[in-house]
Amino acid sequence: MSLFVQSIINGLNQGAVYALVALGYTMVYGILRMINFAHSDFIMVGSYTLFYTIPLMVAAGMPAWLSVVVAIAVCVVVGVTVEQVAYKPVRGAGSMSALITALAMSLFLENLALVLFGANPKSVPEIFSLPTLKVLGITLPSKYLVTLAIGILIMFGLHVFIKKTTLGKAMRAVPEDKQASTLVGINVNRVITTTFAIGSGLAAVAALMYCSTYPRCTTEMGTMLGIKSFIAAVLGGIGSIPGAMIGGIVIGLLEIFIKVYLAPGWYEAITYSILIVVLLVKPAGIMGKNVGEKV
Amino acid sequence: MSKKMKISYLINLIGVILLYLAMTFVFDNGVLGAKTTYITGIAIIAMMTIIIVCSLNLLTGYMGEFSLGHAGFMSTGAFSSAAVTIAMLEAHIALPTLLYFIIAILVGGLFSALMGFVVGIPALRLRGDYLAIVTVAFAEIVRVAFTNFPITGGGKTLSGIPKVSDYHYIFWVTVICVTLMYMYIRSRFGRAVIAIREDYIAAAASGINVTRYKVMTFVLSAFFAGVAGGIYSHYMTAIIPTFFNFMKSSEFLTMVILGGSGSLTGSIIGAAVLASLPEALRDFSIYRMLIYSVVLVIVMIFKPSGIFGTWEFSLPRIIFKLFGKKEAKGGAAK
Repeated sequence: MSLFVQSIINGLNQGAVYALVALGYTMVYGILRMINFAHSDFIMVGSYTLFYTIPLMVAAGMPAWLSVVVAIAVCVVVGVTVEQVAYKPVRGAGSMSALITALAMSLFLENLALVLFGANPKSVPEIFSLPTLKVLGITLPSKYLVTLAIGILIMFGLHVFIKKTTLGKAMRAVPEDKQASTLVGINVNRVITTTFAIGSGLAAVAALMYCSTYPRCTTEMGTMLGIKSFIAAVLGGIGSIPGAMIGGIVIGLLEIFIKVYLAPGWYEAITYSILIVVLLVKPAGIMGKNVGEKV
Repeated sequence: MSKKMKISYLINLIGVILLYLAMTFVFDNGVLGAKTTYITGIAIIAMMTIIIVCSLNLLTGYMGEFSLGHAGFMSTGAFSSAAVTIAMLEAHIALPTLLYFIIAILVGGLFSALMGFVVGIPALRLRGDYLAIVTVAFAEIVRVAFTNFPITGGGKTLSGIPKVSDYHYIFWVTVICVTLMYMYIRSRFGRAVIAIREDYIAAAASGINVTRYKVMTFVLSAFFAGVAGGIYSHYMTAIIPTFFNFMKSSEFLTMVILGGSGSLTGSIIGAAVLASLPEALRDFSIYRMLIYSVVLVIVMIFKPSGIFGTWEFSLPRIIFKLFGKKEAKGGAAK
């Protein structure tokens, strides 16, 4: 029983990270219809920023988690730069060019990090120095609660932002019809850049959450995390914010449960099979609406 | 078959044989001195890469669909062929190396083709981004599976694979594979595949069975990738599942795109240059992918069809031009 509860706690923690990363994918995909492969590498950028700024923060007598502010700033700059330099010129060239450019940017960031920081993994210092609670044989690190709370808070905030604010409305309008959005006075380029900025900032927060559980950063840490989170986004319904949350949590729980109860070596294979099954059975995902392809 | 076509085929055959003789001469007589073995190794890797990059071009360039999991097909070919030849060695089946080699690449190709069929089925309903991500997922499933199966080393390096790949065989296998792919593209099937790339709805409306051609191309592409895998494992003699990762797949895709999606010549040159470059410039290898990615973005912005576009090299055409004859049609690549 305690193992079961423990697995749920671990799964939720894992799922919250997936959900936050999935949000980044979902927002960009929702507006541009492209898989931003570089998103996973924004997380890597965020993690390295944390690695380098936490000691400085601690030395300055400030709490370690404040470095996330620096990480968000760095990620936003990187994200917007990538969008402006690489994605914007190929925006009209079709999905194939967009996909290759995204892939190229991902490779670029990964290999730039390899040149700058070296291949050795770096271990990130403790971010939240919070006590670990023990209840009836269940270990519950309080940082998990913080992680989950941050995740839910961001999710909720973003949902309100998209539904209620003018900019949020513009974000929903652009993917519907770019030309019509321009006609009614929406600056499409600015909306897209803002989306990238928000997505990249989320990646920095995801990096904080990831590093508080797995305090290690490598140059390719983002790749698999990114693909799994994309699967979470697809499972939840791409373009849908609550969907990303649900998808992330489901994938996180499934992975932990399969790891603990079924087949430890196979849990990743199961995650990937979920993607194939979802795409074949219900491509719109759990929360997504079914949009037929236009001729 | 017209006379001119016969002449074209003959010219190509002579060209290939001359290339082979030149290569044999250089490698066998040690013209390059102490570095001969090293250069031979590079040539083998380059030829293997040519096969896999051309096979990927079948999908990306001609069918217009992405595979970001081609390393998965290669992995399937490498491990299945290795498992079979190791079993044959243990059963003390004494065969000439050539036979061992042929069995290895055929087994690799067939297993991989089977995988291609399995991946091809979701490909019926999916296009573009989604299909790309499905191929990634597939390659990862393959990696996880080979890490867990005891017959494929169980996560450790699978070693003791007989070293039956040598450059004579590999050269001819490469020639055959590239020729087959070229013929496929130039055939009725190939034109149907290109029609699907241009507009699949229009293709379906003109009576092309989109489903069948898509699966067929997937199977073919996977087959050749598996052959390349078979060559690889029987040259390296020790393989590990994690080698065939997402990075490897992206590298192959980079070669296709840079060379020119829709040009086998581009793939051949792209693969040969990009596969041997890091070996030639050892210190440069850390910057390799960094530079590739920058070049890739630049190519995407300024010339999305890649360096060679859809241009194909044709030896007969050059010869006919040189000798003032009328331009010949056809002629195999390479």
